[in-house]
Amino acid sequence: MKVTILQFPGTNCEYDTQHAFEKLGCSTEILWHKSEEVSSDTDLLVVAGGFSYGDYLRSGAIAKFSPVMKAVGKYAANGGKVLGICNGFQVLTEAGLLPGALKRNEHLHFISKHHHLKVQNNDNDFLKELNNGDVVNIPIAHHDGNYYIDEDGLKELKANNQILVTYCDENGNELNPNGSVDSIAGVCNKEKNVFGLMPHPERAMEAILGSDDGVKMLEGFLKA
Amino acid sequence: MKAIVNVSLKAGVLDSQGKAVHHALDSLHFSGVEDVRVGKQIVMQLSHTDEAKAREEVTQMCEDLLANTVIEDYEIELVK
Repeated sequence: MKVTILQFPGTNCEYDTQHAFEKLGCSTEILWHKSEEVSSDTDLLVVAGGFSYGDYLRSGAIAKFSPVMKAVGKYAANGGKVLGICNGFQVLTEAGLLPGALKRNEHLHFISKHHHLKVQNNDNDFLKELNNGDVVNIPIAHHDGNYYIDEDGLKELKANNQILVTYCDENGNELNPNGSVDSIAGVCNKEKNVFGLMPHPERAMEAILGSDDGVKMLEGFLKA
Repeated sequence: MKAIVNVSLKAGVLDSQGKAVHHALDSLHFSGVEDVRVGKQIVMQLSHTDEAKAREEVTQMCEDLLANTVIEDYEIELVK
């Protein structure tokens, strides 16, 4: 399986992401944002985390106009699988490939710690190795992770099983670190080929470093 | 011509920064403050002379880039 990882000026999780997928046996390519094409043998396109364009104006606002994003839009429209992690999630919402928006955290702090997540819907390529209700321990590291969507949008997310994971405590009880609507940590599009989440599964690949729950998440993509 | 664009969170979208500033003003004993909204201002010097055209273009800039209309409203002021 071939994973292509996008790199904008300011991206800083591309090598973690590469390490994570290579550990799972994938071949990888890091693709600079000036590229106007996505390699045709790409099985999964990852928009990695970081601070594209220094988060100037809004997180992800400028990255969405990078040349590569047109190719990403085309790739997704043809059913290609796209995963946005952290800043990648912000880029995908700004680009309109995922619904909603990410606001400044409610208490205005940058949050960097492990946090538990509850799997809400596993009927998709991303989370199919997990069960609904499973709790995973995954690091979060963001300033603008406060997911917002209006009431109609939220109803639609629920009706289409588009909510992927929500923030919770170790027992699976709702615990909201950043003010996100309904404690949402990640969503997918209606067609279920574009996924985005604020937490970093690629940073949870080794038990000795705190958690290897990210393996079960990313593995979903490998077992088509 | 100068274009002044004010971008702020939509009414109904919680403005955490506004709340924090409000709280700080309360601590400083400015008791008459009922609400605070924090936004951003983008000032552009334009080469346009036609106001209608300038407004049309700046509106497009706001829709495409300057505001995220999922959560933000914008106001445009043109100054000759």
